[in-house]
This record gives sequence, structure tokens and C-alpha cells, in this order.
Amino acid sequence: MTKPTDAAPRDASGDAVLICKLLAADPNHLGGVALASGPGPGRDAFLACYRHYTQDQTPLITVPSHVSVDRLEGGLDIAATLARGKPIKSRGLMATAENGALLLLSAERLSIDKAARIALAMDDNHHTPFSLIACDESRDDDEALPAILAERLAFRINPDQGIAALKAEGSLPKNITAAADAVTLPEKIEKALAETALMLGIASPRALIFAFRVTKLHAALNHRKSVNEADAAVAAQLVFAHRATQMPVEQSETEDQSEDQNNESQPDSSDTDSDSGGALADRVLDAVRAHLPEGLLAKLDASAFARQGRSGTGAKAAKAGKTRGRPLGARRGDPRSGARLDLVETLRVAAPWQTLRRRTQPNRSGVLVHKDDFRVRRFKESRETTAIFVVDASGSSAIRRLAEAKGAVELILADCYVRRDRVAVIAFRSKSAEILLHPTRSLQRAKRSLAELPGGGGTPLTAAIETTLSLADQVKRTGGVPLAVFLTDGRANITRDGTPDKARALGESESAAKALRASGVKSLVIDLSDRPEGAAKVLATALAALYLPLPHAESHTISNHVGAAMKSAGERR
Amino acid sequence: MTARFPFSAIAGQDEMKRALLLTAVDPMIGGLLAFGDRGTGKSTAVRALAALLPAMKAIEGCPYHCDPASTQAQCEACRNKTKPKTKSMPIPVVDLPLGATEDRVVGALDLERALASGEKAFEPGLLAAANRGYLYVDEVNLLEDHIVDLLLDVAASGENVVEREGLSIRHPARFVLIGSGNPEEGELRPQLLDRFGLSVDVRTPTDVATWVEIARRRLAYEADPEAYAAQWAPEDAELQRKLVSARKKVESVILSDEILERAAALCLALQTDGLRGQLTLMRAARALTAFEGRKQVTLDDLKRMAGPALRHRLRRNPLDETGSQTRIDRALTELFG
Repeated sequence: MTKPTDAAPRDASGDAVLICKLLAADPNHLGGVALASGPGPGRDAFLACYRHYTQDQTPLITVPSHVSVDRLEGGLDIAATLARGKPIKSRGLMATAENGALLLLSAERLSIDKAARIALAMDDNHHTPFSLIACDESRDDDEALPAILAERLAFRINPDQGIAALKAEGSLPKNITAAADAVTLPEKIEKALAETALMLGIASPRALIFAFRVTKLHAALNHRKSVNEADAAVAAQLVFAHRATQMPVEQSETEDQSEDQNNESQPDSSDTDSDSGGALADRVLDAVRAHLPEGLLAKLDASAFARQGRSGTGAKAAKAGKTRGRPLGARRGDPRSGARLDLVETLRVAAPWQTLRRRTQPNRSGVLVHKDDFRVRRFKESRETTAIFVVDASGSSAIRRLAEAKGAVELILADCYVRRDRVAVIAFRSKSAEILLHPTRSLQRAKRSLAELPGGGGTPLTAAIETTLSLADQVKRTGGVPLAVFLTDGRANITRDGTPDKARALGESESAAKALRASGVKSLVIDLSDRPEGAAKVLATALAALYLPLPHAESHTISNHVGAAMKSAGERR
Repeated sequence: MTARFPFSAIAGQDEMKRALLLTAVDPMIGGLLAFGDRGTGKSTAVRALAALLPAMKAIEGCPYHCDPASTQAQCEACRNKTKPKTKSMPIPVVDLPLGATEDRVVGALDLERALASGEKAFEPGLLAAANRGYLYVDEVNLLEDHIVDLLLDVAASGENVVEREGLSIRHPARFVLIGSGNPEEGELRPQLLDRFGLSVDVRTPTDVATWVEIARRRLAYEADPEAYAAQWAPEDAELQRKLVSARKKVESVILSDEILERAAALCLALQTDGLRGQLTLMRAARALTAFEGRKQVTLDDLKRMAGPALRHRLRRNPLDETGSQTRIDRALTELFG
């Protein structure tokens, strides 16, 4: 593996310092950075470092995740307007942060509408008016920075790693952006970076635009007039590593050949550097590879899917009860936060006070309304149902039956499509349960994940129920209603710690089932065994679930039952 | 205002660019749905297109920038004006952000004036701002259903009717709706899909050369937007000339009975729901012919537009993964060889 030699120390703290430098040098073209850590010394050190390089010359505006759209974009200042009787505008936080940075706290909690506004402001024509320092405090898969923002940030780093060395030194040269614009970027390096991005499975050309800019800035920071390999390696590490969606495949022979042909056709013999473009790309790739966090790629699929599935849910959960559904009457509130003003109710509240208020403000005409008088409409929205399929793929559930069950599930899926419900799939076999599919509306993926389901091994029912419980919790937290559909014979034979012990496994699964029942998750057990009324029935009783033995249940009957159960789950508040 | 990224400088994405141009040639085609990955230049293309189009004349002081030439499409206030003043303005492109409220979209009671002077006035929303221009919805598939319904209703009728908070207002809202999104994140209901005129799949380019070109052009643009726009001005001017001439000619393009029959046969074979698909297909083929400076629609034009016009209208089993384009290609081969 070739390591660049004249770059800054290539560890996490070096990265953090470098990111601070780059953002301070060019706040308008890099989008910003996602800080993947909670509040703590790492974040403080990072921010101190950033402030050092900006020398406190540019604004750094802190934005909590519950900020209102008004505050973000600016608009009518209602309190001041009412007090003075004429419109008073307030300046939005995004405008205040011009050429500086917005520090977004708990960015993973930011609702999709606010994220969209910020993203829109960042798309502003040829430059972003500010850079975004988004603190992504998400711990597990169920939360993440909104994808529309993550996409627009060049960097992502965990400042807690290598915090001891996170120290700012010296200051930035003046007019660094102008210098960076003048830096030349050789075609060879352009190509190597593009190849690297493609090999890492990066889907958005934005990444490459960021990478180009980083190479130029890095070269300018090191007082060079032309980008060299070290710059490219740095850019690839900072911009590409966290975006990678696939492990680069070792170059196949055919690729090598086409690479050679390319080089032959190019008249680059005058170039003293004997590197072919492909070899350079390999070295850049190696640099990135060294930077890929351990276990990242194993998690990639799941988390990427989770992120995608979720980006659609934020709006729904956040907006519930504000703009649609059955009217619920009015209550005190701010009409600018997306709720609808109930004019009549507002005037009714203000009316008794008019004589009193007139005395204190004799010069004003019209109705005197105070901020406290505002009444907004409330609505009750029916919540979205998420069907969690818990599929027994163990050896005890005969594969034949599993195929039947899959048929039933497909019918249910078609029904979900009509009702715009979401689905998730959990499979369990041998020693553990696994979330095959995070809640999604993409039924094609649900179907695919079922079709590809392998079978065989023990029946870790306890693990399955516990995974279901945690997924159901996630669904509830985002404002949905979970419904668990178990497809199993209920013959648990693997205990929680993964050892085969039938008696203990059954006991454990029963207590797990009771926990799921206690959490209020509605469930349904479809018995896959040849002789029904056995273990699955016991499970159904523990879960207080609807019990459907498969031999008596045609696919259609099952689908009807699930449909009815989902309907009632959706209506339940 | 700084210069926009030039339309001609967008690397790759030829299908999307062409579809966008066609919606400009004949706005009756009815909007475009661009489904695909993030960062593929969808919003850049829409904004660039608006900059490419020639400026329009509008009645001064009108919040809906009514067309002085056509009294039929004017709002009530403008219709009552005698000899209104006109101004020249660029074609509006309005962004509809996710999570926009109904108030913001259709317009609402003007709180500012209501609070300050107790006046009941209408504050025009995004639909008013987009009149005669483009309404761009990024992530249309994540937009709340009731907002999407509303958009499509207005887009189809060309008029925004507001009946709320004691306001009773109707104003023209004719715009070309451009939606984009990533189908992996959620699907649009079929009845909504059908309302979009054309649809294109925007794929991330997979070759190194295009990637390099995209990033290179973007950097050059960011360094000096004005100079970069000037550099591409001749290309943009040429495109504009073609567009303007196509707009004039599109009505006179000949659609022979044979072509009409073939379009009908294709739609029947594909079992598209309703007649909208067939109408769009013919309009799109006509616009394409006009754009390429020809006088008569050929079978080849029909074949080229079959994908974008019908792809999203095929009756689809939600669990069937066969690509719509594959089915269209198959039907085309079966019918026309």
C-alpha cells in the first residue's frame, strides 16, 4: 500500500484539523461536515479548532433541531408586530450565518421540512451561503442525518477519535480560495479520482465535485500551484471514505486491458511520471481503503436501506395533527409553525379584552390581538401502519410450508401497496434473528428479501421476538403503528445465548412474547406446523395474538385476516 | 443575480434534457417526472432551462404576472384594467420544498395585513408565483399526498381556487410541473404518476469521462459564473433559437392518420389506463418533430417518445419487477418490427 508522504499526519485528528482548515478557508463550496458524535470533548475540540482558523471573523450560529422554519428563514416577528401594530420582520438564522457556519445540534432529529429548507438554501446557485456543521448524534440504525443534507456535506468525521492530537496550529494563508482556483488539476488525477469514486460505488457526482475542490484547496494550503497525488489521496479519504457503498473489487483483467489501451492511445509519453492512470487510481483507492472504518461495509447495506426508508417518514410523523385529518377543535399556538390559524376562535378570545387593551394603546385602530390570543386548528390523523413480518426460516419449519407462507405474505404485500402501508421483514434461523428489511414502502424489496430467504438451522424464537420488539419501538417512535406477523411453528429450540436447549428456549420465548404483548404491539401468528394447535398456539396465547393455523388457512384467508388486523391497528390511537 | 449554470453545459443526461426541452416546446405535454439518484443534476437542469427560455411579457404589479396578450388567461384584476403597463421578466421557476404547508402552496390570508391594519387580503402562494413558469418539486414521492393531489388538480385545470378563512379567490395558475425523486425511498400512487406528462429515469453516469467532465465544468462555473456562462452563451443561444422556432411550428406539424393509428395500437397493446397516455405520446412526438426542424411525425419519432410518454402509465403489478421500458420495447418490436 502506498502511503502519501508529504501530507499531514493521516489519522483521525489530522483529518479533523484539516477539515477545519478547509471549511474555514472555503465556507461556500464544501457544504460542511457531519460530526458523528454526541456532545463532548471531541466536538468541543473540533469547534475550538474551527474557530481558531476562522479567527472568529465569521459567524458560527448554533441552531437547535426544534428551530422553527420561521426562525430559520426569517419572516414576520409576530410578538413585535402585534406590539407595535405594524409588520416587523426578523432576519433568519440562515441569513445571519452568511459566509460562516450553521452549527446544527442533534441534526438527526431535524424534521424533513426544515432539512429541505436548509438544503434549498445550500443549493443557492453557484455557492452555498454558509457551511453546515451538523452534529449527528444518532446511535443506532433508526436515526440518521436527513439524506438530503448528508448528500450536500463534503465531510463526515467522528471528532472523538484521536481527540488528544486535535489542536490547531498556525493560521491560514490569506486569499486561499483565490489561490485554490488558480491551482491546476492534472487530467490524470481527475480521472483517478473519478475512477476511485465509481469503484467505491458512490452514486452522486457531487462527491467528485467536492473531491476536486478539496484537492485544489489542499494544494493551495501547501503552497503548491498544481495538484499532486498526495492531495488526491487526502481528498479521496475525506470525501469518499464515508460515502462508499461497496468494497472496491480487485481490478479484473479486462479492466486492466482497457486501461492499457487507453494509455496507449493517449500521447502521454512526454510525461516523466510513468504512472498509468489506473495505477494512480489504485493508489488513491488504497489510501481510502485504509480509511474505511472497520465493519463499516458490513453495516453499509442495512444502514443505507434504513436511511432511505426513513427519509420518507419524518414528514409524516412531524406533521401529524397539524394540517390534515379529522378536526379536533382549536388550541393556543403559533400560526406560523405550519398549523392553520382558526380566525374566528382567535377573535373570540381577543374580543373580551378589547376595552382594556384600547385603554393602554389609544392610538391603535382595529382589533387589538395579542400573541396569546392565537388559536390554531388541530387535527387527528390516522397513523401509518407498519407490518413487521417475522419469518421462521429454521429447519423445523418445513421449507415446503415456508413456500406456502411466502405466497400468503405476497398477497398481504399487495394489500399493503394499496393501503400505502409500510413493511419490514425479520428472519430468524440457526442462532440469531436478523432484520432483512427496515420499514419501507418499497414492496419490491420486501418481496425480494423474502424470495432470497435461506432456510435451515435451529429456531431462535426468543431472539426473533426481541428483535421484533426493538423494531416495533422504532416504528412507534417515528409515529407509526407496528403490527407483528409471525410465520412460525413456534417450536423454539435455541436459547437467548444461542445454545440448543428446548425446554429453556420455550420458557424464554414465552416471557419474551409477554414483553411484546405488554408493549402493546398487536400481533398475528400464522402456524406453519403440520399439526396445528401446538407450540404456535401457546405463542399466540402469550402474545394475545390472532392465531391462524396454515393447514386450514388458504392464502386468501390469511391475507383477509391480516388486512382486517392492519385496519384496526391503523384506526387505534 | 449571478448567472445560472448554462443548460448546454450539463454533461450527460441527454434523455432528461430532451424531455425538459419538449415540455418547453409544448407546455400542454404536462410536466415531467424525473426519477433517479441524487446529485444527477436534476434541479440544475430545471433552473438552467428557465434561464434558457426567452423572457416573457407580464402585466406590471400583478402577483400572478398575467400575460398581457391573452385576456382569457388573465386574473380578474388584470382583465378589468384598460391598457395595463407591462414589463419583461424571466420565466419563473419556483421550488416547492418538502414540508411546505397548504397555506404556503395555495396562498392564505395575509397575516401581516390582517394583524397590522385589520384588512382581509390574500397572500398569494407558490402556485401564484409559478404561474406561466415551472414548479419544481424535489422528492415529489415524499411530499404529503394531499399536497400532491392539490398540485396535480391545479396543474390540470390551470386555475387555483381558494376557499378558506373567509377568502374566496380564483386566479390563473398554469405551470409546468417538474417532479423528481428516488423511487427506492417510496413510490408515487399510480393515479398521480398518470398525471405527469413525461417520465425519465435519471441514472448516475457510470463512465469516468462523464464524471470528470461534470466535476470539471462545475468547478469552472463556481470559479467565475459570469465568464463561464458567457463561454457557453453561443450554445445556449442556438438552443434557444431552436426552441423558439419549434414553439411556432409545433401546431403545424403533420400527424398523419397512420401515425395516430399506430400510437393507438401501441397504447392498446400496452393496456395503458385512460387516454392521457396516447394524447401525451402524440403531443410529445409532435414537439420532438418540431424541435428537430421537421414537418411530419414519423414512426421513428413515435418510437423514441414511447418510453418517456408511456413508461409510467403501464398497469403494474406492484410486485412485478419487469422494467416498464422492457415491456414497451417488446411491444414496439411486436407491433412495428
